[in-house]
Amino acid sequence: MAMHRIRVKVNGAAHESEVESRLLLVHYLREMLRLTGTHIGCDTTHCGACTVLLDGRPVKSCTVLAVQADGRDVMTVEGLEKDGKLDPIQEGFFQEHGLQCGYCTPGMMMTSHALLQRNPNPSEGEIRQAISGNLCRCTGYVNIVKSVQHAAAAARSRS
Amino acid sequence: MSAPTPKTTPEVGGMGHSIKRKEDPRFLRGRGNYVDDIQLPGMLHMDIARSPYAHAKIKKIDTEKAMKVPGVLAVITGATLEQYKLHWMPTLMSDTQMVLPTDRVMYQAQEVAAVIATDRYAAADGAAAVEVEYEPLPVVVDPFKALEPGAPVLRTDKPGKKDNRIWHWEAGDRAATEKAFREADVVVKEQIYIPRIHVASIETCGCVADFDRVTGKLTVFMTTQAPHAIRTVFALVAGHVGLSEEKIRIVSPDIGGGFGGKVPVYPGYVIAVAASVVIGKPVKWVEDRMENLQADSFARDYHMTAELAAKKDGTMTAVRIKTLADHGYADAAANPSKFPAGLFSICTGSYDLKNAFCEVDGVYTNKPPGGVAYRCSFRVTEAVHAIERITDRLAQELKMDPAALRMKNFIPKEKFPYHSALGWEYDSGDYPAALKKAMDLIGYDALRKEQVEKRAKGELMGIGISSFTEIVGAGPSKHFDILGIKMFDSCELRVHPTGKAIARFGTKSQGQGHETTYAQIIAEELGIPAAHVQVEEGDTDTAPYGLGTYASRSTPTAGAAGAIAARKVRDKAKKIAAHLLEVSEDDLVWEPGKFSVKGAPQKAKTIQEIALAAYTNHPQGMEAGLEAVDYYDPPNLTFPFGSYICVVDIDRGTGEVKIRRFVAVDDCGNIINPMIVDGQIHGGLTMGMAPALLEEISYDEQGNNQAGSFMDYLVPTAMETPSWETAKTTTPSPHHPFGAKGVGESATVGAPPAIVNAVVDALAHLGVKHLDIPITPEKVWRILKEKGVAE
Ligand code: FES
Ligand code: FES
Repeated sequence: MAMHRIRVKVNGAAHESEVESRLLLVHYLREMLRLTGTHIGCDTTHCGACTVLLDGRPVKSCTVLAVQADGRDVMTVEGLEKDGKLDPIQEGFFQEHGLQCGYCTPGMMMTSHALLQRNPNPSEGEIRQAISGNLCRCTGYVNIVKSVQHAAAAARSRS
Repeated sequence: MSAPTPKTTPEVGGMGHSIKRKEDPRFLRGRGNYVDDIQLPGMLHMDIARSPYAHAKIKKIDTEKAMKVPGVLAVITGATLEQYKLHWMPTLMSDTQMVLPTDRVMYQAQEVAAVIATDRYAAADGAAAVEVEYEPLPVVVDPFKALEPGAPVLRTDKPGKKDNRIWHWEAGDRAATEKAFREADVVVKEQIYIPRIHVASIETCGCVADFDRVTGKLTVFMTTQAPHAIRTVFALVAGHVGLSEEKIRIVSPDIGGGFGGKVPVYPGYVIAVAASVVIGKPVKWVEDRMENLQADSFARDYHMTAELAAKKDGTMTAVRIKTLADHGYADAAANPSKFPAGLFSICTGSYDLKNAFCEVDGVYTNKPPGGVAYRCSFRVTEAVHAIERITDRLAQELKMDPAALRMKNFIPKEKFPYHSALGWEYDSGDYPAALKKAMDLIGYDALRKEQVEKRAKGELMGIGISSFTEIVGAGPSKHFDILGIKMFDSCELRVHPTGKAIARFGTKSQGQGHETTYAQIIAEELGIPAAHVQVEEGDTDTAPYGLGTYASRSTPTAGAAGAIAARKVRDKAKKIAAHLLEVSEDDLVWEPGKFSVKGAPQKAKTIQEIALAAYTNHPQGMEAGLEAVDYYDPPNLTFPFGSYICVVDIDRGTGEVKIRRFVAVDDCGNIINPMIVDGQIHGGLTMGMAPALLEEISYDEQGNNQAGSFMDYLVPTAMETPSWETAKTTTPSPHHPFGAKGVGESATVGAPPAIVNAVVDALAHLGVKHLDIPITPEKVWRILKEKGVAE
């Protein structure tokens, strides 16, 4: 199996690694970098548990090869908290009980975080649309929607 | 009726406070610890080769190519396990199932061989390279055909087995029920099929098995809802190869959703354990989604014929239900052993029915083992679906309003505790109050008016009700056991010298928030702030023995054990307080957090002061320390209930059912944490809507799974899921230590018939009387087309 040298910035830190051509980004993050906050829930790109930001845009890291991340910027759930302060999206999920088992949560938060970056004041419909590629089996989404609204309100009052 | 005001301050955070969850900080930071996150030094990976056939003879398994794949270390087949007599294992229902086959496969995606390799990718390559020669055998998919004379007998491994019937079970008085039916003014009858579905927790199943050759200790980190039971099962099954219970440690780390799918012992776990024992290294096995949907235990698959007898005025007189239960090739359900059809005999529902009879036949087919729960307590969903659907059929037949019909037949509040015709003692209930509240919240009368107007315009709108009664909290040891182990649950509580505490339980949260709610129970009983109560579960080396979390049993059993353990601690604390205050115990009064002297409230000792004294200044003759253990054996089950009302609009162009509003009024007795209870109900409602409108696993005639990935198995997204509206009534359980009943599954049980009843109601004027779930747009569109109303 051919090996490739890749340089990836993950949550601000530069990494240089030798990877197989077929290595998935999610396995690179989880197993080589031991960033296990990004989860795996399916094999057909449906669940979104593996969502990370690639150059600021949400991608399903189970459907991206590690080599495709070469020279790019990846942000995972571990990168949300800054200087010991939770990101508004994390705070929103905490306050509004937006998580139960926590398995979908990192992917859900990454998708929502990206939504708020491009649309700081989304409607309920826009939130539901944005997270429609992320499955949650526990919460029934009601509180996830509220969590994103909570984060949006907090971000607005901050700025 | 209304929720009691909390007895503790928000800082203490006892019952009734919506305190934020203690487990969240780690999950929010991506610091949870799920099975697949565990990486041990030298750990190997396992992948499984599976059968493409639903029924076939295995003529040959060739592992040579697989062994040549770089990184592959071993291929395990049925023949390998047969050497250790581990190729078959018992199921929780005292049936048997294969770990790996030696000569035959019985369902598509059955495990055929396991490949152990140095990494995940190599193991997958190895599994793909295993070559198996099959000779296809006739496939039995339809359980009705399975019972026909001449059907191929599937379990030829069972000596003397001549047909595909697993068991027959019945409850009630057949003769009296038949008489009531003969004497009835009206009888309605419906065939109701509840298809196979799958819990599809977002985390699949898996384990890391780690056998230490030097100490002989086996540690298994696994996705299990019942770690203690698993330990005992492992000891019983593998005792003959030297595994001894004190050297087995099962750890259930963070679990990404369970819903019943993580109760059974799957072959993958056993093979990984065998591999680790043989190779002497840790072995990780994590199934992928397709394996999860195609091979793990299924729920439902009940073919029911339900009949209801009534008088002209709508008084229900008798119910009768005959069911065929498709269990796949093995009865690997996880019911209490005396209840092969679970608690299906709750099928008299919320109604004062004097006569009832139900019977269920379990049948073998060439499908994966089924019959586990899908967020429901042992077949309660099936029972509720039958009675709530047939009740609406009766309303339709009598041209009565379905709400009025229910009100007329509810078990009256004064009749509790109520003895049902099928033998249960319903602990408490106030059914009319819940339905009334739901009707008020949704504006029932106005909706009925709107429906009339809409119909006149040709628009399709329906209103559906479900007034369910649940039966949870298994259970009293005189009736309930799993493989002989009684279904108590436990808590071990220790209060430290500084007044903080640790509490360990025999259950295991999979998202329910036990670390928070159990701490609140202790906070309520002792006045120690919930923030200072550390809750642990899931490690059999440290937690007291318990039967685990499923069937909404955690609060009714382990939660009760927590309260009783805390009360035992309080009893001892009282003795210490009397000693410290130099008064008699009888002179002390308790309020959350302290004992004070009657009539002299300034003379008091806080629980923290008492805790310190328990280690530094305990009375002579008393043991030091402040701790207690309780194994709680509930005197009865609990009976949560509720009334749900759903409003749907149907698109005449696409057949799509849109849930416009859904009001859920639940009564789960006293509530520990209202925020968490609401979250449970939101999730439960969504898992009730899912099978009603979207999810089904069906098979073609060859036994091919038609929904084996998330491409075809439609777990609801945020787009299909409505914004649920919830409310409560409060009828405390009279026998539970703090009046709670359990809530995690009520909504999954109660929601489907409300939705189906709404859709049928929308189409009733076109002559539609019943629809089987899932009610897909295609199904509805075909009806609209047939009735000439499709747009
Ligand atoms: S793991 Fe399911 S979408 Fe990536
Ligand atoms: S919180 Fe469990 S899957 Fe979303």
